[in-house]
Amino acid sequence: MPRGRQVKLPRLFAGRSVPIYLVALGVVVWLVALPFGSSGYTVGVVGRILTFGLFVASLDLLVGIAGLPSLGHGAFFGIGAYAAALLAQDVTAVGPAQLAVAGAIGAAAAGVTGLVTIRSRGIYFVMLTLAIGEVARQLADSWTSLTGGANGLAGVPPLQLFPWGGEIVIAGHIYWYVLAVTALGYGLLAVVRASAFGQALKGMRDNEDRMRALGYSVTGLKLAVLVVAGGFAGVAGSLWVTQLRFVSPADVGFATSAIALLCVVIAGRGSLWGSFVAAAVVIVVRDELGTVIGGRGPLVLGLTFIAAVYLLPRGLAGLVPSVLRQPPKPALGTGGAQ
Amino acid sequence: MTEWLSGNLVSILNGVALGCLLFALAVGLSLVFGVLDVLNLAHGSLFVAGAYAAWRLADDGSLAGFGLAVVLAAAIGGAGGLLLTVATRPLAGRSHLDQALLTLGIALVVTELVQSWFGRDPHGVLPPLAGSVEIGGGYPIYRLALIAVGVALAFAVDRAVERTRAGALVRATVCDADMVAAMGVNTLLVRSGAFIVGGALASVAGVLGAPLLGASPHLDAQVLLLALVVVVIGGLGSVRGALLGALLIGQVQSLGVALAPRQAPFLLFGAMAIVLVLRPAGLMGTRHA
Repeated sequence: MPRGRQVKLPRLFAGRSVPIYLVALGVVVWLVALPFGSSGYTVGVVGRILTFGLFVASLDLLVGIAGLPSLGHGAFFGIGAYAAALLAQDVTAVGPAQLAVAGAIGAAAAGVTGLVTIRSRGIYFVMLTLAIGEVARQLADSWTSLTGGANGLAGVPPLQLFPWGGEIVIAGHIYWYVLAVTALGYGLLAVVRASAFGQALKGMRDNEDRMRALGYSVTGLKLAVLVVAGGFAGVAGSLWVTQLRFVSPADVGFATSAIALLCVVIAGRGSLWGSFVAAAVVIVVRDELGTVIGGRGPLVLGLTFIAAVYLLPRGLAGLVPSVLRQPPKPALGTGGAQ
Repeated sequence: MTEWLSGNLVSILNGVALGCLLFALAVGLSLVFGVLDVLNLAHGSLFVAGAYAAWRLADDGSLAGFGLAVVLAAAIGGAGGLLLTVATRPLAGRSHLDQALLTLGIALVVTELVQSWFGRDPHGVLPPLAGSVEIGGGYPIYRLALIAVGVALAFAVDRAVERTRAGALVRATVCDADMVAAMGVNTLLVRSGAFIVGGALASVAGVLGAPLLGASPHLDAQVLLLALVVVVIGGLGSVRGALLGALLIGQVQSLGVALAPRQAPFLLFGAMAIVLVLRPAGLMGTRHA
């Protein structure tokens, strides 16, 4: 087992992975510098991609890392979005406060619903989460006094960074705020994945019974990851409202959840950077390409679903040549009990 | 009690009629999952195909046109089932999620095609049996006929699955497909057969349901959701479970909404959550998928 690692390490430093870091650096520089040379429209699209990418990454923590295929994750995105919009209207327009509250409410909602879903597995988990997403959408539709019903909440007040600061309305400035929050979320998610908790989640995904036999509380792990993912989804929902200053039941609904799940599949389960690339592909296909060919967004999206399933069985991340990826991890446990 | 019963008789009958429709839709979904291990999210599209067949051939309420629509829908649904067997075949051994996404993609494409061919507007269909009987101040004959057809259908499917050789093969495949294949049975035939019959039933349900629900492009999502709930409540792969779940959801959607209109959105999924918490594999389910 150690031999594999020793062979890999020199190769790592012999220049194989340096280009990846260069590419990453290039992407970061491009993202930071984007507002200087682009139209407000482009900046807005990239900002939405970043936000949706964060949401997809939070779902990927559930689907790709923990092996919990949720079809209702849009509920927590939507709950975060509504929480941020209501907070902005009635309490405070301070962005970080909205993020904190939206994240906390998203996590709490995920925890409460998780108490029901953690008892199920496989296809039953898929359907229960689908039901939760649907209840959330109907709630958004019918609780008119709070959510504005089918019209949603429009004209959400613009972002403030501090209670004493002015309103931020310039597209480039909002974009930088979104970029900073997304980068922070990306970093936090990377930490969660690499942590002992993240490793335990992967163990649960690969062999739930063995993790239980090893003394892990599988239901505890499931509940914990649902709460964490719900929190990140809530934060992403809050960022979404900060940019669009509008939220409607459609943001909560099945379409949001299904599209995010499509992104996870396109990205390749468990790939953090892939989540953002997939979000870019899907947002561009749905919002840009769809309008170009005459409001046929759903058609193109459906074809994308079909193509992704057939052509990208391991997602975009699977397309990266295997020499650039990490060596396969040795099997869990050395006792050879398998 | 009798007073309450007579006061709500119309709602209860409506619930039974809806339950019969849901059974025809859900039993295919359930068998396809049990036999092929495929979660077919395009099942609602087959229902919509049937609904549009009824609208094109029998929107004026002619009985002959309606019969023609049933035959045509069975053919369309069977062909759709065969196509879906072929489409999902390469995904065997991959996760349910991939199948769900593929069939969801197919459903999106079909919805768009239906919309571009027939327009966005919903279309009504007149029932082929006009008139009403004296129950609760006039109850449409068509719905009573629907209940009769649904009961006959449930009986026929149950007999076919429980008492015939083909049904025994289907049940064996639900239990252990590998073992059935090892016994020398061509499981590909069983698989395509289940998908074809399930698809035909879904499309026929679309025709039968057209006088109640009409035909509209986005009907597929509504009925699919109901069918999924029915299947989950009943237990995947079980015919009697599908019947029980369908009748239960029919009442929840009809009587429940009549008695507690404000809580209506939650009744459906509340019922499902309660059943799953108490019996995680559904009312009649034996295995934990």
